[in-house]
Amino acid sequence: MEYLSIFFQYVGQYLKTRLTYRADMVVEILSDFLFQAVNLVFILVVFGHTTLLAGWSKNEMIFIYGFFLVPFSIFASFFNIWDFTDRYIVKGEMDRILTRPVHSLFQIVLERMELESLFGAVTGLVVMFYAGDKLGLEISWYDPFIFLLLVLGGALVYAGIFISLATIGFWSDSRTDIMPMMYNIGNYGRYPVDIYNKIIKYVLTWILPFAFVGVYPASYFLKRDEWYTYAFLTPVVGLVFFMMAVTLWNIGVTKYRGAGN
Amino acid sequence: MGKYMEMIRIRFLMMLAYRTNYYSGILIYSINIGAYYFLWSAIYGGKENIQGLSITQMTTYIAVAWMARAFYFNNIDREIAMEIKEGKVAVEMVRPYPYLNMKMMQGLGEGIFRLLFFSVPGMVIVSLVFPVELSVNLETWVFFFVSILFSFIINTQINLLAGIATFFLFNNDGLIRAKRVVIDLFSGLILPLSFYPMWAQNIMSYLPFQGISYIPSMIFTEGFKGSQVFEALINQAVWSAILIIPVYGLWVLAKRQLVVQGG
Repeated sequence: MEYLSIFFQYVGQYLKTRLTYRADMVVEILSDFLFQAVNLVFILVVFGHTTLLAGWSKNEMIFIYGFFLVPFSIFASFFNIWDFTDRYIVKGEMDRILTRPVHSLFQIVLERMELESLFGAVTGLVVMFYAGDKLGLEISWYDPFIFLLLVLGGALVYAGIFISLATIGFWSDSRTDIMPMMYNIGNYGRYPVDIYNKIIKYVLTWILPFAFVGVYPASYFLKRDEWYTYAFLTPVVGLVFFMMAVTLWNIGVTKYRGAGN
Repeated sequence: MGKYMEMIRIRFLMMLAYRTNYYSGILIYSINIGAYYFLWSAIYGGKENIQGLSITQMTTYIAVAWMARAFYFNNIDREIAMEIKEGKVAVEMVRPYPYLNMKMMQGLGEGIFRLLFFSVPGMVIVSLVFPVELSVNLETWVFFFVSILFSFIINTQINLLAGIATFFLFNNDGLIRAKRVVIDLFSGLILPLSFYPMWAQNIMSYLPFQGISYIPSMIFTEGFKGSQVFEALINQAVWSAILIIPVYGLWVLAKRQLVVQGG
């Protein structure tokens, strides 16, 4: 309960700081929107030259992209830890975090949230409904609940991978470019994984399971029953990776020696 | 001239000190190119060519587009924004050389470093793994290098514009991000412009962005032939000249606007 009230207090403060630079906030939301549009344009232009991509149609691909946006925007709003090593370890900010009586990861999530990214979820829903309508998909009464479960699973997959990578900072504070690379690799989970060769497919399923944020869960709604097993594994994979990440984090914190001032 | 050479050299040496960062960078680009290779193979499906590009040319196009990006890409927009926010720009402006030229030279130093330590080894690795076709025609290489020089100029001018905009907005992370996305899309980095529908191609032919990635990549893959190459290079040269006007115009206005927030 205490965590919940802390959460809302942070949200309140956050909104105040964002509203100071209103013009920038509007541009930032627009630029997110633009970024999502670029990916859609890519799909549209590609399907101007082909009708099927490894057996998937244009509207199915658009639907997958729309689905992907929802868990991704939740992740992007709360888990901005891509610069964790620089910001917290190298500059010694972690000292401040550790003196406070709230879990360290929770504090960092709160400090670094970017709520405006949640607009991406709205875009995603609009895209999904548009594509779903074109495909003539039907919605059952239980689908919204399954949707929430799969979205949560997907967001946890993303969070788990990025938290695990951030914990590297506890052991080595040298700069690496792994994080931006992960953002790129994350995009490949949006395409039907059968277009890749076996190794990449395996990596995207079990090692860096980004396919569980895009094509696998979306295939449930697209009624592709050959992928159902994977679709329903989504929450499980999400939980497992997230728990692993938190465990790694807790071990990492004990190794933290304080690099700054 | 001497002082500019020195700026390029210093930035080059600065980058050299952190060169280990770049080994992981090569990996990033290779993985990127690899994923695009599989994606495009699926898109081609079995087709001989799309819009006059074969699958080998397409792979080469993507490989060279990403490697050339390492040369023309720089963060001077962010640097200028930081310097304005921190108030350092006031000190920079009293120094005995034009601020914008200095920024451009630093960008060039970075670009040359990345070209030598990143693009060249990266291209070697990529062409070993994927079916990339490197031209044996010396002319193609010469035109390509002239072309990426123009890419650098155009891209840097756009970066300067985005950076100077901080004077008016104070905080313009959003604008810088938007600019990056627009360039990725309209420059032909992710998709050759000839893949777009005609109406979109018409609009883009009036914009400077095609000079950043599409033109050098098409020259390298020999998708442009004969007079097309010259027309493309002239297009780049004209844009490089035209863009000087808004950059200097905005800079003059910005200096009047100057509010030093710190220092």
